[in-house]
Amino acid sequence: MKSDLAISAHGLVKVFSRGQTVRALDGFDLEVAKGTVTGLLGPNGSGKTTAVRILSTILSPDAGTAEIMGLDVVRQSDAVRRIIGLAGQYATVDENLTGRENIRMVAQLTHLTKSAARAKADELLERFKLTEAGDRPAKTYSGGMRRRLDLAASLVAAPPVLFLDEPTTGLDPQSRNDLWEIIEDLVDGGTTVLLTTQYLEEADRLAQDIVVMEKGRVIAQGTPAVLKAQLGTTVIEVSFASHDLADRASSLLTNLTPKPPIREGSLLELTVENGPKVAADVLRTLDGAGVELLGLALREPSLDDVFLSLTGHRTEDEVAEAAQPKRQGRKAKKESAQ
Amino acid sequence: MTMSPEVAMEKLSVAERSMWAFRDMRVVTWRNLIASLRIPEAIFFSSLQPIMFVLLFRYVFGGAIPVAGVSYVNFLMPGIFVQTVCFGAVATAIGLSEDMAKGLVERFRALPMARSAVLAGRTTADLVRNIFVLLILTVVGLAVGFRMVNGVGNFVLGCIVMIVFAYSLSWGFAIIGLKAPNAETAQLMSFPILFPITFASGAFAPVESMPGWLQWFAIHQPVGVVVAATRSLMCGGPYTNSSAVGWTFVWAAVLLGGFSWFAVRSYRKVD
Ligand SMILES: Nc1ncnc2c1ncn2[C@@H]1O[C@H](COP(=O)(O)OP(=O)(O)O)[C@@H](O)[C@H]1O
Ligand SMILES: [Mg+2]
Repeated sequence: MKSDLAISAHGLVKVFSRGQTVRALDGFDLEVAKGTVTGLLGPNGSGKTTAVRILSTILSPDAGTAEIMGLDVVRQSDAVRRIIGLAGQYATVDENLTGRENIRMVAQLTHLTKSAARAKADELLERFKLTEAGDRPAKTYSGGMRRRLDLAASLVAAPPVLFLDEPTTGLDPQSRNDLWEIIEDLVDGGTTVLLTTQYLEEADRLAQDIVVMEKGRVIAQGTPAVLKAQLGTTVIEVSFASHDLADRASSLLTNLTPKPPIREGSLLELTVENGPKVAADVLRTLDGAGVELLGLALREPSLDDVFLSLTGHRTEDEVAEAAQPKRQGRKAKKESAQ
Repeated sequence: MTMSPEVAMEKLSVAERSMWAFRDMRVVTWRNLIASLRIPEAIFFSSLQPIMFVLLFRYVFGGAIPVAGVSYVNFLMPGIFVQTVCFGAVATAIGLSEDMAKGLVERFRALPMARSAVLAGRTTADLVRNIFVLLILTVVGLAVGFRMVNGVGNFVLGCIVMIVFAYSLSWGFAIIGLKAPNAETAQLMSFPILFPITFASGAFAPVESMPGWLQWFAIHQPVGVVVAATRSLMCGGPYTNSSAVGWTFVWAAVLLGGFSWFAVRSYRKVD
């Protein structure tokens, strides 16, 4: 046990055997230093939630050990519960209670006195801009308000370690930004945060350290800068009228980028450091060779790109989708994914 | 009384732990009661069903069911009371499986509260609800000719006996709530248990009218015992059966012990 670690996990294994057997965690290791934010990044089903549930004492592991601030999550679970806050993947608020009642309930179950619980509820509602809605049943809240209420409830004990499981999934951009600011404030106050997300952008903005998961294991770890350097910072997508044209373009463009272009159907993807400049080069090269293109777009690398670069294959969702005859836009799929 | 984070539950004495468990239970009970007050439709319709039972048996079947010593409505009401409080246990199963489905149990499990509190808070809230429904049923009963022929005191004792039993039964249905995949299934799983034990019990017709094998079951199974105990207290006369009253408490204690142990164990192991 190193004393500068807020969270440490070694060799965690969790097998679910309802219907078919799933190894949700398969030798999961993690170290999070005190006062830092770590982003746990992975596609659907990679085991993020299972890891968070074990670390927050909700689930006991089949093998391996985990400690929060040096306290064992299995043997000292009650002590662990006193120093953690958890905002689960789905905002877990009681819809029939008002926002204020929700926070007061959690405060009382955290063993604050009645008056302290009341004061805490007022303070947190104020801080999360819920004072006005505080006396309305939570079922009338919007998605963003629910998330804020859920987060407020998890902060009742001012926990030094906070788990946030996909805190912004399903939120509109404005609510997402609000939540990011709240999380940044918490971190400035010294809270250690473990945050799971499917969005590279989110991990990049909030986390000092990113841990990439696949199939219950960690497949990469590093600062956002390191991961991005492995990856490039911009993806250029060039589309053509046919596979053959894309193939021809691919061989023409090979020398422009450190990594060879990736062709998917009649689409070419180039991952590069300097997007606009390379894009201009691409246009010039193709024009010079008389290869006509249908479109060209620049975008931020996505989680799928991280995966492609780390594992040489796309996330399972992507593979399944590519196997379908009619390919939807990636953006649309992202939004429908839960 | 604030507890500092350094003081872990594991280090407390049994008395202190029980005190915290009691407080946690009270908070969860309060939350469950508030939540049901916010859905008045649910309260209305859950009292409507037993009222319809009273009216149906009193006026539709009542003429065809001969009973000794008292009028049929006086024979019937203790049975309806028992059936109603036993069916109250379905609410325990449904309530818990809804909390599971909505992820609230997940939140509770990450809090430093007693492991029994979510279950105890649920069963206690359902006990309070049962008392409320009994009050309504008593009024309806009085309106259709029911009388406390053995005195008000014994009537109240009869209510206490069945409420105690129903409380222990509701811990059994807490287990169903934890194990069922969703609320609808929890309800479907509850009925095949509740129908035989409440109907094959002498609640609505004298056990003597049943075939021999069923008679034996109706007399000895727990709800049959509770019906006999309640009728003994509320009707007296030919129905006096003090051993049934004693056996009701034995059954309640045994079921409460077994069910609550298993329910808390299931709660800890939910995945
Ligand atoms: N309670 C459970 N029972 C059965 N299987 C589960 C349970 N929780 C998770 N799983 C399975 O474990 C795998 C990992 O799930 P999860 O940890 O939720 O991943 P993520 O949060 O990264 O999407 C998935 O295949 C999922 O279906
Ligand atoms: Mg998840």
